[in-house]
Amino acid sequence: MSYTRALRCRKCGQEYPVQPLGLCDFCLSPLEVSYDYKAMSMSREKLAQGPLTMWRYKDLLPVEGDVVDINTGFTPLVKADRLGRELGLKALYIKNDCLNPTYSFKDRPVSVAVTKAREFGFDTVACASTGNLAASVAAYAAKADMKAYVFVPADIEPGKLIGTAIYNPVLVKVEGSYDDVNRLCAGLAQRYHWGFININLRPYYAEGSKTLGYEVAEQLEWRAPDCVVAPAASGLLFTRIQKGLDELSMLGLIEPVNTHMYLNQAAGSSPIVNAFETGTLHVNPVEPNTIAKSIAIGNPADGYYALSVVRQSGGGACAVTDDEAIAGMKLLAQTEGIFAEVAGGVVIAGLKRLAASGTIKKNELTVAFITGAGPKTQETVSDIVQPFTIQSSLESFEEIVGARV
Amino acid sequence: MAKKQVMFTFPEGLVKEPIIHNLGQQFKVVTDIRRADVSENKGWVVLELDGEEREIERGIAWMTDKGVRVDPVIGDIVEG
Repeated sequence: MSYTRALRCRKCGQEYPVQPLGLCDFCLSPLEVSYDYKAMSMSREKLAQGPLTMWRYKDLLPVEGDVVDINTGFTPLVKADRLGRELGLKALYIKNDCLNPTYSFKDRPVSVAVTKAREFGFDTVACASTGNLAASVAAYAAKADMKAYVFVPADIEPGKLIGTAIYNPVLVKVEGSYDDVNRLCAGLAQRYHWGFININLRPYYAEGSKTLGYEVAEQLEWRAPDCVVAPAASGLLFTRIQKGLDELSMLGLIEPVNTHMYLNQAAGSSPIVNAFETGTLHVNPVEPNTIAKSIAIGNPADGYYALSVVRQSGGGACAVTDDEAIAGMKLLAQTEGIFAEVAGGVVIAGLKRLAASGTIKKNELTVAFITGAGPKTQETVSDIVQPFTIQSSLESFEEIVGARV
Repeated sequence: MAKKQVMFTFPEGLVKEPIIHNLGQQFKVVTDIRRADVSENKGWVVLELDGEEREIERGIAWMTDKGVRVDPVIGDIVEG
């Protein structure tokens, strides 16, 4: 059963009936789903009986009936002892969200958004993306038997298109800058009767990422971490991890949350970190210039709210260079066997700094969120391939490799 | 007629110019400010532009030429 009550403006509090609408008509701020928490009756036992997907938390999500799902969520929470030893952390966990059906956390919000699109009677969904969101929307549209329009910037790497094109969406490459793509999509969303995933479906889309917070708490046997380290692009994921934890606490399923939230960005696209460091609450847009394209968002829609979460939780924000991010990818792979995309490298590099500076203490229970899989951006670490080349003889092996055996 | 919601971000040096007033004077565009934060050396304004689509586009191009950053109010739509 759904406990969805209304859409509510995060800035001015104006309320709207549940509908495809992303912005408040009055102050043009983002809307979010409001629930009737008092009517909810939850227990750990009841939740544990649900499916081993994000939909075990269906009662906490804004959907009414059958859901569109391709088995998203309930990804592993791995105790990262080897990486922890490298970084000097004794209670480090990795939430490995690479292991979703389209290899990124985007399957969570998209599962909710496509379910909602179908409820609203849309026959078409759309999005603009540099890769992860595109693949997820195309996959979910295929499952829901809906048409998908996916807009990508023209300079996107061809390899990234394959993971989207395989699901057969209408794939549109747009000439021009990312800003041009933004402007075009804002216009398209006004003109066509589509469920635009991160425009008119954004309040519902956003809620899917809360399940990361729920899962981590449940996998830690119903407690919140002491520290969360997560990447930020639009800032939505970051705010929703916190919201997930807060809701569980409000429902009495975990103790009051005192989690320090640490936000990481790539230095070439770090508007939220910039705002944190300068002490302002306004996130000034920047022109992204980083290889971490999945988090290269110059004008983050939820930047203000992500910044608020950082400040209110007593957390922090740091930006790392592309070289540090690549080193972070390698470190994670070579200690924990997890091949993350560049955004994951940004998280590990940020975690390394936080641990080295003593900001995160060695005994604090820390969860680092890895949100996308490495094969999506494998060209960024192609220099790692340096095989020995030998003849097919024992002599050749022993001559060239032998000394290392 | 069309409506467009945008955020203008003003660099240092443009804060003292009545640039939104001039936008409404030079183009057939009605400007409706909903939120803003302007200090002595920088600022941003969230507003709705109302007019013919072509006039709105011309007005936005003029603002961009003046050095104002113009973004969709919803933030970046392109995501990772």
